[in-house]
Amino acid sequence: MRNLPPVVVIRVPATLRTEIARERLRIVAGGEWIVPEVPRLDGLLKALPVTGAQSAEIDASGVDALDSAGAWLLVRTAQDLARRKVRVERLTVPERYATLLSAISGTETDASLNMHPPTPSFRHFLERLGRGTEHVGRQAWDLTGFLGRVVVETFEAILSPRRELPIPAFVHQLEETGLTALPIVGLLAFLLGIVLTYQGADQLKRFGAQIYTIDFLGIGFLRELGGLVTAIIVAGRSGSAFTAQIGTMRVNEETDAMQTIGLNITEILVVPRVLGLMIALPLLTFYADVVGIIGGMVMTYFDLGITIPAFMRELSSAITLKTLLVGLVKAPVFAFVIALVGCFEGMRVERNAASVGRLTTRSVVESIFLIIALDAGFSVLFSILGV
Amino acid sequence: MAGEVVIRIRGLVNGFDGTIIHDHIDLDVCRGEVLGVVGGSGTGKSVLLRSIVGLNRPLAGSIRVLGKETAEIDNENLKGLQLRWGVLFQEGALFSSLTVAQNIQVPMRRWTNMSQHVMDELTAVKLTLVGLPPDAARKHPSELSGGMKKRAGLARALALDPEILFLDEPTSGLDPISAAHFDELIKNLKTSLGLTVFMVTHDLDSLKAVTDRIAVLVDRKIRVGTIQTLVNDSNPWIHEYFTGPRGRAALAG
Repeated sequence: MRNLPPVVVIRVPATLRTEIARERLRIVAGGEWIVPEVPRLDGLLKALPVTGAQSAEIDASGVDALDSAGAWLLVRTAQDLARRKVRVERLTVPERYATLLSAISGTETDASLNMHPPTPSFRHFLERLGRGTEHVGRQAWDLTGFLGRVVVETFEAILSPRRELPIPAFVHQLEETGLTALPIVGLLAFLLGIVLTYQGADQLKRFGAQIYTIDFLGIGFLRELGGLVTAIIVAGRSGSAFTAQIGTMRVNEETDAMQTIGLNITEILVVPRVLGLMIALPLLTFYADVVGIIGGMVMTYFDLGITIPAFMRELSSAITLKTLLVGLVKAPVFAFVIALVGCFEGMRVERNAASVGRLTTRSVVESIFLIIALDAGFSVLFSILGV
Repeated sequence: MAGEVVIRIRGLVNGFDGTIIHDHIDLDVCRGEVLGVVGGSGTGKSVLLRSIVGLNRPLAGSIRVLGKETAEIDNENLKGLQLRWGVLFQEGALFSSLTVAQNIQVPMRRWTNMSQHVMDELTAVKLTLVGLPPDAARKHPSELSGGMKKRAGLARALALDPEILFLDEPTSGLDPISAAHFDELIKNLKTSLGLTVFMVTHDLDSLKAVTDRIAVLVDRKIRVGTIQTLVNDSNPWIHEYFTGPRGRAALAG
């Protein structure tokens, strides 16, 4: 129960009086029949004694105030009585409320009974499960279709002399997704380098092998973590932005306008984003690798007392160019997936603002899922190839 | 106009980023009248409405609604007012996660302690009042057409029988037939519920059909009058508004 603030002052409390004389029920209403009084009056009217009455009269001509809630109670009482085979002869209200009463008397009471959707059942749960499964399948199918389309359009944009690559848009995307991501990617890579070194050193110290912390850091960061973390940050940062940007354009009917003018939406909106991110993400990954190693270097210096020259010597013996490349080769693939999913979900936005938010969330979740799944796939592939 | 003044604006100044939109505006709205507010794009019709209901803090001036100051955004002041007025926003502003019935019951839950059954019955009453079919109650706003959304928004605004009803372009985006029905609806509600209506509109037909007086926002000031007096106004914009081809067509009918 809410604390009802004393905002509407009831000047004259509502009254209800009933009398039965010669099989005739007389209901006399007085006072103010308004919303704050409704809960009380509702109870009184529900408990109305009608036994023995053949006909009834509702006399509300003496009420001081009446609003639609109060008027409804009067109308409902008349309807109830009629349903209980009591003939309602008259329902009188002051002249000034006559229009209100007639406006309300057309209300269908039965409507109120099934006003709320049914509560979820097990069947409902199964139905949702089925729908969800079908949705995932359809989503995968559509995404594959979109993949094909983007690949074709991208190659056409690059190869066909007739069609020009949208260079300014491409450069803009490069800046948006690459350059402006430098601070956050750098900071996180640095911190991750520290964390990794600390955990590695802690374990390896027990075997007196703390120098191998550097091997652990170098290989772990370059091969796996640098690329993975950068991709996840970019998915959250740029993948979501792609969905939101394209989605907003769909809400504004900008994409529809493009289509009617005869512009190619995929070429204008999708290709620059895909290509831009495929260039930006490997660069960001390389940058993250460097900063992460620096973070580890700082930590080994303070935690293990390993000097910078000693760190460098150990690092150069632990890693080769191949270690770096194995990490970097995954980046364009991740970038492609992020941009693809981001644009795909953006294109699916319907013409309402709520769907922009929903699909943006979905875009991030999907691309992070795909990144990790692909990373696992790469691990399997590399182990088979013996890289 | 005789009668009790329910909205009293004195010296209202509104502006954004150095541009003044309202320059010391005075306006009185009396109980039981329908006031139409018109003006060109960007003259601050909606800003005026938002200032009155406390959504926009004016730079200066005083706005008293039912005797309470709303120009200072202070929840204590607004508290008593929120169930004495109802606001219909342009697109209805229905809560998208709730059904129409739940939307209409939000003000009831907030301000009263009626039982669910009575709230359901009253929801049916409100739906009838605004002319929506009973099965609309279970629908979500996304399943409704533009006109139905406005009607549902109106039903929510009327949930607690407000004294003042604010309408922000109630007929915009409706086809002429629906718009005419909406005008009729507002007129009927005004008489049956005894409402005071503050209506921002662009629709000349609506102005003619339902308003008692018209306030024109022009050159950062406000001119108030009836259609008859405003037609002869010396201001070129007002003159053009009422005597231009559209104005003439609407007023001739």
